[in-house]
Amino acid sequence: METIRALEQEQMRVDLPPFDVGDTVTVHVKIKEGEKERIQAFKGVVISRKKGGATATFTVRKVSYGVGVERVFHTHSPSIDKIEVNAKGRVRRSKLYYLRNLRGKAARIKEKRF
Amino acid sequence: MIKGLLGKKVGMTGIFSPDGEHLPVTVLEVGPCVVTQVKTKATDGYDAIQVGFGAKKSSRVNKPVAGHLAKSGGRAFSLLREFPVDDPEQYEVGQTITAELFSIGEKVDVSGTTKGRGFSGTIKRHGFARGPMSHGGMNKRRPGSIGCSAWPSKVIKGKKLPGQYGNARKTVRNLVVVDVRPEENLVLVKGAVPGARSGYVEVRKPKF
Repeated sequence: METIRALEQEQMRVDLPPFDVGDTVTVHVKIKEGEKERIQAFKGVVISRKKGGATATFTVRKVSYGVGVERVFHTHSPSIDKIEVNAKGRVRRSKLYYLRNLRGKAARIKEKRF
Repeated sequence: MIKGLLGKKVGMTGIFSPDGEHLPVTVLEVGPCVVTQVKTKATDGYDAIQVGFGAKKSSRVNKPVAGHLAKSGGRAFSLLREFPVDDPEQYEVGQTITAELFSIGEKVDVSGTTKGRGFSGTIKRHGFARGPMSHGGMNKRRPGSIGCSAWPSKVIKGKKLPGQYGNARKTVRNLVVVDVRPEENLVLVKGAVPGARSGYVEVRKPKF
């Protein structure tokens, strides 16, 4: 088990900003098109974070032209260029799957007040 | 070159390939194995190398095996296995073989002892469908009909029935080696490997 922890430690990224479920983030993803590499941004609400060391993932949901789009990212993936935290959200659940059944005004998340 | 090596399953995790792809990998502790016997065509009729892996108390070794192991330095191994070899002259008794034998991108076959599930029914053991749990269903997890009546008036051999499941040797073929770390004796292969964590495995170069 110690061996695996050490292996995962090598893979894990420490340069990412802390973010939680409910936050609105912009994920900049590196996309390879043949030889060229470009960066694509995906902005939405983090609806889930799954633990698991180097295999941890998070899900970002956005509504694009009225269609809900969800994307699962590997948190420590080298293809993530950077993550921007646009807004912190105040939520009471660790998984916001209920947002899938809501649309429009009801699907908003209150901003965290400090 | 020796065609395989002994190891131990450490566990599973995921790693990222250079092009950013996430790969499920099994971490295997392979070697170091000590050559305990060299078999040649002249003396034994075939070419092979016997290697030992893992430590064992020397008091647990019986006298015939202890005598055999004394030739390779007297260390007691928890596992002794033979692997075929092309050139037995290259190896000598007492020599250590490490995970450097394997290279990244190579395909390997891995054999291990699967997790024992005891005496299991047909649903777990063979993936049979279940009968209705309600509405008076009497056939909840039963195997169902096991054959015809007057003819052949016997159950056909090989019929899938309940019985011992697991704790058997299984081989997974053509697993890709993702990473080799000889200094830590680690080999990372893509995919799953039979057996529980800390179970012994044989990592072999494929025959074909």
